[in-house]
Amino acid sequence: MSGWLSALFDTLDPFCGPVGIFTWLGGTGLVSCGDTGWGDEIAFGVKVTISLALATLPVGLLIGFLIALAAQSQEKLLRLAAGVYTTIFRGLPELLTLFIVYYGAQTLLQSVLSAFGYEGRVEINAFVAGMVALAVVFSSYSSEVLLSAFRAIPRGQYEAGDALGLRRGKTMMLIVLPQLIRIALPGLTNLWLILLKDTSYVSVIGLADIVRQTGIAARVSKEAFFFYFLACLLYLVLAMLSSYGLGYIERWAKRSEVSR
Amino acid sequence: MSVIERLIPPRAPPPVAKRPLTASKVVGIGILVLWALLAMALISMVIEGWDPAKFERYGPRYLNGLLTTLTLVGISIVLGAILSLPIAFARMSQNRVLNAITYAYVYVFRSTPLLAQLFLIYYGLGSFRPQLENLGLWWFFREAWYCGLFSLTLNTAAYQAEILRGAIQSVPVGQHEGAAALGISKRVAFWKIVLPQALIVALRPYGNEIILMIKGSAVVAIVTVYDLMGETRYAFSRTFDYQTYLWAAIFYLSMVEALRHLWNFIERHLTRHLTH
Repeated sequence: MSGWLSALFDTLDPFCGPVGIFTWLGGTGLVSCGDTGWGDEIAFGVKVTISLALATLPVGLLIGFLIALAAQSQEKLLRLAAGVYTTIFRGLPELLTLFIVYYGAQTLLQSVLSAFGYEGRVEINAFVAGMVALAVVFSSYSSEVLLSAFRAIPRGQYEAGDALGLRRGKTMMLIVLPQLIRIALPGLTNLWLILLKDTSYVSVIGLADIVRQTGIAARVSKEAFFFYFLACLLYLVLAMLSSYGLGYIERWAKRSEVSR
Repeated sequence: MSVIERLIPPRAPPPVAKRPLTASKVVGIGILVLWALLAMALISMVIEGWDPAKFERYGPRYLNGLLTTLTLVGISIVLGAILSLPIAFARMSQNRVLNAITYAYVYVFRSTPLLAQLFLIYYGLGSFRPQLENLGLWWFFREAWYCGLFSLTLNTAAYQAEILRGAIQSVPVGQHEGAAALGISKRVAFWKIVLPQALIVALRPYGNEIILMIKGSAVVAIVTVYDLMGETRYAFSRTFDYQTYLWAAIFYLSMVEALRHLWNFIERHLTRHLTH
């Protein structure tokens, strides 16, 4: 089962597969696949970047949704708590947030473990630290987008839900959420593109993403311009692909609206 | 004809409705308590780990770093604004070639990470040392500070061009037509009629862009520029004291918050003729 699945992925690999771009264009040069070139290393970096962004997205969206719910609640204290969160994490540079999460979690874990009598060195997984930091930043921005989408939904929609005898949760799931997604989608598309760019910061804490892999290649091969240009190109392609895909989703979400 | 024979006696006001302890209130209090605990933990960490020697050694360095960040952001915003003017006009022009070139410029710089752009300029162009020396530009691309300034400027120019273009195009056509009907020349109409209205629209995006630049400028620390982030990393690498990052957070947060409030004030002040 997993044998032919991985074989399928190997064949469809856009970089080093039989129809991969590095296999075709790399030849035996700098970006060829295998031990002589950097093609497979950079392909791995692209995979890390994409999986980090994809892993961050649901977490960030969920936290952002909860923050938006809190920010539009009737309760003053809850609004205040949400306000503190968004103010802090929208005001800090992403790089600083990343360091604070990475070293903070390390320090915290170290002190907790030493309280239990463990004195070894603790290393936090860079992928998890990057995911947490990016999710925190993404959620504070997405909460603003979702909040303005919440405000665009008229009160009558909630009242109609009450009139139909639906519970609060049901009203939210069946009436509010479908409209909310449609309104918030352009803003979230923007945030996804920003997230994709922000993943480049994790290269600083040692995660093997596009920037780090091309950086290593540049240092070893002394072809810095070529490899950093390649990195920019890869990000450009990722941005193009995702804006194409998200444009399709946006049209799909709007299919039931009046077309003019 | 009826006459009122007796007055209704005054009654006590209705009782104040009791606000029940809802789930959201509990959650709100819980999160606020969590925030307070976190703040207290951080403050106690700063007090416990307070070391006058460290403060004396790294305090001035932090202020220097702050100054570097501010100059870097200030200069690149101004240069970016100057550079964004021709780009915005080329984006709006009828000329296909100009349009395509500037579209590509804006698209590329907005969809690649600042970090990759900075590496491309600092390390990538740095590998063309002989050619740059021949051109007499090596002094520029040798310095990390200049390279940081250059990449920040190019990056912000792309964003600012889009802001400017959006704002100018948001001014209704009727304004141009009205100016033409009054016999005002196109130049004067642009400077006196279109641009003032466009800049009010552009005010908020410009503020956001400056905040983004303050946050984005932290990446220059990675190419050895000692801005606020660079000094923080230096201090952390020497002391392994977590406080160093907290101080950087305080500085960055206060910069961004000060700018945000200043911008709110400016916007209120400039749009007071639009509110009733």
